[in-house]
Amino acid sequence: MTDIATYNFAYLDEQTKRMIRRAILKGIAIPGYQVPFASREMPMPYGWGTGGVQVTASIIGPDDVLKVIDQGADDTTNAVSIRAFFKKVARVEVTTETAKATIIQTRHRIPEHPLNAGQVLVFQVPIPEPLRFLEPRETETRKMHALEEYGLMHVKLYEDIAKHGRIATTYAYPVKVEGRYVMDPSPTPKFDNPKMHRSPALQLFGAGREKRIYAVPPFTDVVSLDFEDHPFEVQAFDQPCALCGAENVYLDEVILDDRGGHMFVCSDTDHCEKRRADSTSPSWGGRAEGAGGGIGQSSLSTPTPALRADPPHKGEGKEAK
Amino acid sequence: MTDEPLLRVSALSKFYGSRVGCENVTFDLWPGEVLAVVGESGSGKTTLLNCLSTRLLPSSGTASYRMRDGQWRELYRMSEAERRFLMRTDWGFVHQNPADGLRMTVSAGANVGERLMAVGDRHYGRIRATAVDWLSRVEIDEDRIDDEPRAFSGGMRQRLQIARNLVTGPRLVFMDEPTGGLDVSVQARLLDLLRGLVTDLGLAAIVVTHDLAVARLLSQRMMVMKDGRVVESGLTDRVLDDPRAPYTQLLVSSILQV
Amino acid sequence: MMATPLVVSDVAKSFTMHLRDGVRLPVVAGVSFAIRAGECAVLGGPSGAGKSSILKMLYGNYAVDEGQIIVQHGGGLIDLATASPRTVLSVRRHTIGYVSQFLRTVPRVSALDVVAEPLVERGKDREAARKKARALLAQLNLPEKLWALPPATFSGGEQQRVNIARGFITEHPILLLDEPTASLDARNRDVVVELISAKKAAGVALLGIFHDLDVRDAVADRVIDVTAFAAGKIAA
Repeated sequence: MTDIATYNFAYLDEQTKRMIRRAILKGIAIPGYQVPFASREMPMPYGWGTGGVQVTASIIGPDDVLKVIDQGADDTTNAVSIRAFFKKVARVEVTTETAKATIIQTRHRIPEHPLNAGQVLVFQVPIPEPLRFLEPRETETRKMHALEEYGLMHVKLYEDIAKHGRIATTYAYPVKVEGRYVMDPSPTPKFDNPKMHRSPALQLFGAGREKRIYAVPPFTDVVSLDFEDHPFEVQAFDQPCALCGAENVYLDEVILDDRGGHMFVCSDTDHCEKRRADSTSPSWGGRAEGAGGGIGQSSLSTPTPALRADPPHKGEGKEAK
Repeated sequence: MTDEPLLRVSALSKFYGSRVGCENVTFDLWPGEVLAVVGESGSGKTTLLNCLSTRLLPSSGTASYRMRDGQWRELYRMSEAERRFLMRTDWGFVHQNPADGLRMTVSAGANVGERLMAVGDRHYGRIRATAVDWLSRVEIDEDRIDDEPRAFSGGMRQRLQIARNLVTGPRLVFMDEPTGGLDVSVQARLLDLLRGLVTDLGLAAIVVTHDLAVARLLSQRMMVMKDGRVVESGLTDRVLDDPRAPYTQLLVSSILQV
Repeated sequence: MMATPLVVSDVAKSFTMHLRDGVRLPVVAGVSFAIRAGECAVLGGPSGAGKSSILKMLYGNYAVDEGQIIVQHGGGLIDLATASPRTVLSVRRHTIGYVSQFLRTVPRVSALDVVAEPLVERGKDREAARKKARALLAQLNLPEKLWALPPATFSGGEQQRVNIARGFITEHPILLLDEPTASLDARNRDVVVELISAKKAAGVALLGIFHDLDVRDAVADRVIDVTAFAAGKIAA
């Protein structure tokens, strides 16, 4: 109570929130277009989601229910911290359940559970400019967007095929929004690209360091770029989740020991836990490969994926319950 | 040759403040014709080239271009989108330094294919086949197609730049000292290649060079510039063999005889 | 066919040497003659009388100070002295051919293609052009093993034969010859005489400079004395 009195609701001052809302509205009006905004210093370092946090802070209301995921997981440091932040500065209800949330702030995943109209997905974006890797000049990339000169985007895909025999880009896979702007969907796996297409939820993208906001309004066409003879396709996994048995979901590889033991499990922890809690779904626990000694304990909570930047801290990550 | 020119330039001037870049330049260029613009550094030839290629806007004067549909368009009244489209389809620009005209961090094949992708070709196999064809036309081995131009010699880079420009079948190519900075033997090979391509494709070209030998080998017509003005123009061999302006006589007499 | 495809009237030429304080060097003045189809006229006179300059003016290579050079071209008459560069190029392409003393070689192009090139440039099929080039090179006794090599390293006589073949391969109605036999042996001089005779028989108007008196006597229908056009005394 006492500490909250020193902050405005949701941390940002009202003028800033208005400024960001204007940028969001402009972004919604021009789907896929990168709107510059006056990004603020946030009480966290760049790269930890300052863009997403500012977007969330500008749209969140006292009645909202917030879910935060980091690479699909609700229980990593980043997700836990941001959830705790808004719980503190906006006193909103937080959840790990996709279906219950009204705002889902995400780093690098879209939940497996289908999103509904009325939900808002807020992406944290490190580098919003899809043309940046090939064209370093901002003046030039802006002109290319303005004039719809997107040949360069295919140069990148061409290079992939030339080097690897296929389009090897697996995340931050460029898309064309509503037939006009080419957009970087943030470093989500391309597995999630089809979920963006005509999604009933509003999708907002915030890049704090790069000071850009862009948006995909509900039911907007989002088409992944490709070649006629090398069409876009998502990653396929040749086995289901080792914990819940789910197929056609995005899996993380989890290293179990230092002897090569590993397993593939759902990246979306909420989805995985829901399936395991649901008595009607078959249990697939214990499908780990190699010398998986510690499978037993992992039936309770999802193990730490090897690729996650921030390991979960014991005792955190279940505030909503 | 058709009866209509491809490019009509009238009283073109470019001033940098009170300094003259180029002044009152007028000429027509016909399809299939190569015009050399010669002069020493600071004579305004590069300014003229940049104005003509719409990389610079002139202070006054006009330049009209006959589009593929036969319509005449005033270059400086076109929208930027139209000019850029022209630049990557119907025109080419060969820079003196290949690094200015190539993407040094993408493969040779992608450098050649970029213009095709820019005009909407979305078939990888076709783009690659075209790139292979063009690499062979500029005498680059097919097995270098996936190498970056960083790994190429100066002469190869320049040939790659030429292929990158010609892949969309442009009708007009601007060249800024295309053989500058290359060894003499490499120059000769490049000139020979350029000469062949220009003849085979019926290209019109405007070549800026300070090298009169390059001008003689590549061009039919020539303009000599000094202090931003055209001091003499005409058939290339006429200007070189019977120079009339004092400055042209000086230039011609300064050629080293081998 | 036009009986007189080339008429030269009162042509004058001088050089102004700006690097030498603008000194004016008169070359020729009052040059007047006409060449009929099927004849070979020869410019006569000592070295420095302006024979080469006249030939170069007729080819548009030198500018003309005064007078007219009327050429039957493309079904009409044009004045080469005042023609635009584009017209001069068209005249060279279709009407006036020129065999110079020296071959201007292009690196890496074979002798055969150097000879065939004028036909290819005029839209002839490359193989057909090469066939005609082979015939001419054979007639001029150029060893076949040289045909595929660039002529830059050939001897003077070999280069000149390539040059002659290149000059004679086209079917220009007017042909200018600038000492085409200068470094040839007797056998090949005879071949050139045959080539010229064939051109004459085909109705080509030829104008040439020949220092070799035997060749001159063999081909010339008449000699135009260039000393009559001397301008040296007028000014200096």
